[in-house]
Amino acid sequence: MLTLQFIPYTEIESLSSVGRIRKLLNIAKENKIVLLEGRLKKEEETELIKATMEEINKDFKGIELSVIYPEKKENSIMKRVRGNLANMLLGDRQGLTIIGPASIVHEIKKDPDKIQLFTEETYPEGNGKSRKKRRNGS
Amino acid sequence: MANIFSKLINKFFHNLFRKKKHIKLGLYGPPNAGKTTLANRICEDWLGESMGKVSNIAHETREIQIKEQVNIKSGSKEISFNLVDTPGIATKIDYEEFMKSGLNEKNAKKRAKEATKGVIDSIKWLDEMDAVVVVLDSTIDPYSQVNITIIGNLEARKIPVLVVANKIDLKKSNLKKVEAAFPQYHVVGISAKNGDNIDDFYESLFRVVA
Repeated sequence: MLTLQFIPYTEIESLSSVGRIRKLLNIAKENKIVLLEGRLKKEEETELIKATMEEINKDFKGIELSVIYPEKKENSIMKRVRGNLANMLLGDRQGLTIIGPASIVHEIKKDPDKIQLFTEETYPEGNGKSRKKRRNGS
Repeated sequence: MANIFSKLINKFFHNLFRKKKHIKLGLYGPPNAGKTTLANRICEDWLGESMGKVSNIAHETREIQIKEQVNIKSGSKEISFNLVDTPGIATKIDYEEFMKSGLNEKNAKKRAKEATKGVIDSIKWLDEMDAVVVVLDSTIDPYSQVNITIIGNLEARKIPVLVVANKIDLKKSNLKKVEAAFPQYHVVGISAKNGDNIDDFYESLFRVVA
């Protein structure tokens, strides 16, 4: 069974960077797919990769990570300044971050218009073969 | 007193000059993009020797490798840098994937353990870099979060970046897609293995780091 857990930004905004990473990684390690409102800071994204590597063992193979972020190209300078200020004060609540355990999420494919989540499901009573299932979103 | 002052000024300018002359140039990117192949190409072109071992199995480079004082010339211009080849950055490492490539279980597990440490070291070294060449495999989807995270972090640290779309000699190569994924950066398409377009790469490098 596939479990998705939605995390509103308010649930991580008061946490330290380490606390945020710990929370998200712990959920992924429970074999759940995390849907986080907004995104982590760029430095936190690399720290998440680092923390993931530190935890890899025979049961936990790592994560698939993807961030969907609204295109900012056409915003005026004022809008961008306002947006950056809001992000600094309140955190970056725009977009969506998907973190899935690598044992379940085989691949997340992204292009500017759509996102595809490929999950790996092993036949429960089968011959160990696995199949890939595609879930589309935009 | 004047002598001490003069020495301080000389030291300041010497350090400034030395800093510019001996920058750390990092090769970053996902596993199997061709970072070590490019490092070998640069070292063979300018030092007459190779730098590291390459393999079709991912995570062949699992330790930071440094080649000091690589001098590149183009016309009257010259740059000197320490070339830092880094292990590929990934979000998952599965020893069973290495077994599919022919390694036995013991070696596959050892490789996976070393590879995870390699990723951590690559990330730790980000702060040490003066300029970075991000090497991407142009036959693979460039919109992966690892690529975006690496480039985003370099941008946040204000480190100059050159994006290289490698493996343009292969049929599946799609340079335009890499350019579209990173429109704010200069993207140069090369084949590090065959040396295709390598002069353009050196020219681009001068623009980024000189």
